[in-house]
Amino acid sequence: MKTMLTVISNALCRITGKNVGARVAVTRNFADFTPQVTFDIKKCDLHRLEAGPPVKAELTREQGLQYYRTMQMVRRVELKADQLYKQKIIRGFCHLYDGQEACAAGIEAAISPSDHLITAYRAHGYTYTRGVSIRQILAELTGRKGGVAKGKGGSMHMYAPHFYGGNGIVGAQVPLGAGIALACQYRGNNQVCVTLYGDGAANQGQLFETFNMAALWKLPCVFICENNKYGMGTAVERAAASTDYYKRGDFIPGLRVDGMDVLSVREATRFAADHCRAGKGPIVMELQTYRYHGHSMSDPGVSYRTREEIQEVRSKSDPISLLRERMLSNNMASAEEFKEMDVEIRKEVDDAAQFATSDPEPPLEDLCNHVFSNNPPLDVRGTHPWSKLKSVS
Amino acid sequence: QASIRLRMKSVTVRDALNQAMDEELERDERVFLMGEEVAQYDGAYKVSRGLWKKYGDKRIIDTPISEMGFAGIAVGAAMAGLRPICEFMTFNFSMQAIDQVINSAAKTYYMSAGLQPVPIVFRGPNGASAGVAAQHSQCFAAWYAHCPGLKVVSPWNSEDAKGLLKSAIRDDNPVVFLENELMYGVPFEMSEDSQSKDFTIPIGKAKIERQGNHVTLVSHSRFVGHCLDAAAVLAKEGIECEVINLRTIRPMDVESIETSVMKTNHLVTVEGGWPQFGVGAEICARVMEGSAFNFLDAPVTRVTGVDIPMPYAKILEDHSLPQVKDIIFSVKKTLNV
Repeated sequence: MKTMLTVISNALCRITGKNVGARVAVTRNFADFTPQVTFDIKKCDLHRLEAGPPVKAELTREQGLQYYRTMQMVRRVELKADQLYKQKIIRGFCHLYDGQEACAAGIEAAISPSDHLITAYRAHGYTYTRGVSIRQILAELTGRKGGVAKGKGGSMHMYAPHFYGGNGIVGAQVPLGAGIALACQYRGNNQVCVTLYGDGAANQGQLFETFNMAALWKLPCVFICENNKYGMGTAVERAAASTDYYKRGDFIPGLRVDGMDVLSVREATRFAADHCRAGKGPIVMELQTYRYHGHSMSDPGVSYRTREEIQEVRSKSDPISLLRERMLSNNMASAEEFKEMDVEIRKEVDDAAQFATSDPEPPLEDLCNHVFSNNPPLDVRGTHPWSKLKSVS
Repeated sequence: QASIRLRMKSVTVRDALNQAMDEELERDERVFLMGEEVAQYDGAYKVSRGLWKKYGDKRIIDTPISEMGFAGIAVGAAMAGLRPICEFMTFNFSMQAIDQVINSAAKTYYMSAGLQPVPIVFRGPNGASAGVAAQHSQCFAAWYAHCPGLKVVSPWNSEDAKGLLKSAIRDDNPVVFLENELMYGVPFEMSEDSQSKDFTIPIGKAKIERQGNHVTLVSHSRFVGHCLDAAAVLAKEGIECEVINLRTIRPMDVESIETSVMKTNHLVTVEGGWPQFGVGAEICARVMEGSAFNFLDAPVTRVTGVDIPMPYAKILEDHSLPQVKDIIFSVKKTLNV
C-alpha cells in the first residue's frame, strides 16, 4: 500500500510537472486521501538573520481544507463587494484584497486569537480571519445596523477583539501596532502584535520613528509589509529609493517571503512571532504579493500596469489555485470536494449579501452615540441650534 | 445680451482648476506641482489631467506617500525662490504635514521680519465627500484660518476656482486652498472675462451671489449652492435672502457681511464643518464686535455639520451635514416666522 501510494504520488508529481517535491507520509491505510504531506517551500531572503524559517512545511489535509476555505471565502466576499459597489449599494471607499488571500490566511494560521493584528484599509480579509462573520462584514460595507460597526465605520473601520482595524490614514497603523506590542510587553503576556502596511506606506516617516522605538525597547512587534508592487497608481520603483522592504527596518532583522504561498507565509510568520516571543525585539517581514483589482473601486487598475501582467499572475501564481493543485497532486483531497466547497462558500456569501442588502440602516437615534466611552449621556448640537441631539456611550 | 451669452462657457470646477494651473505653469516657470499621483495618474481626482504630459517630470512631480516630507520639501523650495503648488490628496492627510504648513510656511515671514517669504499654495479637496467615513471627511477651514501668516481660500463655483487659484499662485504668501470633491464634476457657466489667461479674483473679497432684503446667508464652498437652493424655496414664500459667498476664509471680508446685515437685520451662517470654534462662530464674534451688531433683530444662527465624527451609513451621513431644509428652517426661526 505504502509503496503503491508513493509510486502514484511520484508519478503525479512528474505528470503535473510541479517543482514542489513532496514526500508522502502515510500513517493510515484506510483513508482515501493522504492525511499529511511535507512540502518544500521557497527559502526566504534574510536581513541580519543567521537563519530563517524552515524550507519545508507540513500540511495536514484538515489544515489544507481550512486554508482553502478561508482564502476562497475572502475571494468570494471581495468579488461580491465589487458587485455591490457597482450596484451602488456599497459607497465611498472600497479597497479589495483578491489576490492577496494567502497573506491573511497564512498569518492567521501562524498566530493565535490572543495575539493582536492591525492593518490599513485593505482590511476585509483580515476582518474575516480575525473572527468577524461575513454577514457582519458585508452589512458594514452596505452601511446597515447589522454591520460589525453598526454601519458607522464602513469599509476601512471594522474592528474585533484583538483586531484594531481597518485604518484610513496611510502608515498611521504602524505606530499603533507598536503601541499594542508595548502593551503586550508591559503585561508580560507573551502575545505579539502583527502590524501590517503596504509598499506605499513603507515611505511614511512614522514607520521609521516606530522602527527605532520598537528596536530600542525590544517590542514584540511583527512588522509585515504587503508589497503588492503598486502604491495606488505608483509602481514601487517610482516611490522608493530601496524596494528591499524587508531591509528597510535597517537595524531590525528582516525576511522576504513569497506572499502567494500560504505555507510560506505561515512558516515565516511563525518564525517571526517566535523571534518576538523570545524577547529578541521586532522583526520585519516583506510579503511579495499582488492585487487583482485596482487600488480601490475608483481605480480601474490598468493605467499603470498591463492586463497581461494581471493575467499572468492569475494564471501562474494565484494563491488559491496553488494550494488546490498542491493538494490534488498529492491526493490530499478530490476535485469534487473542492467544487462542493466552492458551491457552499458561494451560497454562504450570497446569503450574507442578502442579509447585507435587506438589513435596515442604523436608526437615527444612533447618530450621535459612541462619541465618548464610559461617560454620562451628553447633548450634541445638531445642524442648527434648535436641534439638540443625545449621545450615550 | 445674446452675444454675451453665446460667449459663456460651461466649465466644470475640475477643468477650471486645471486651466488655472496650466495657465500659471505656462506664465511663470518657477511654478511647479508636487503631490501624490499628480503626474502619471493625472491626479487622484483628475484635477491635474494632462499637465504632466504637457510639462514633464521637472514641473509635475509624483511623490511617495510622505506628506510631512514632501510638504517640507515644497516649503523649502518656496523659500529658495520657486513657487510650488503642494497637493494633499485630501486635506485629511495634511494633518500628517501640518507642522510644515504652520511652523515652516505660515510663520516664517514674520519670524524673519520680512527677510524670508514663502510663496506656496497647499491645495486639495476639503470637507465631506460621499460615504468616505470619519477619517476622510473633516473640514479644515477653521483649523487653518486660525493661524496668522496663512491665507485660506475656499472657492465654490468654477469662476471662484479658477480666479482664486490663479491669485493664490501669484500671491507671495502661503495659501491654503480648500477645494471640494463633490464640486469637481459640477459645471458652471463661466463668463468670457473669466476665460482669459489674466483673469484673477482677489483673495479676501466675498461675493454677493444673490441680493435680498430679509436675511443674510453667509457660506463658503459647496454650501453656497445649498443656500441658493434654500433662497429659491424661501422666495416663493416672500422671504428674500441675500446670499454671500465668502470665497476667502482668511482674511475674511467682514465688511461685506456687516454691510449686508445692516440692510437685512438677520444673519444665518452655513458651513459643513463642526460648530465649535468654526467659521460661523468667528462670524458671530466679529459681528458682535463691529458696527453691525446694533442692526441685528435676532441672534445670529449658525447652521453647521453635526458635532460628531462622520458616520458611514448613508442615512446617518445625510443627517450629519446641513440640508437645504435645515437652512430654510433656520431662516424662518431667525425671522420668527
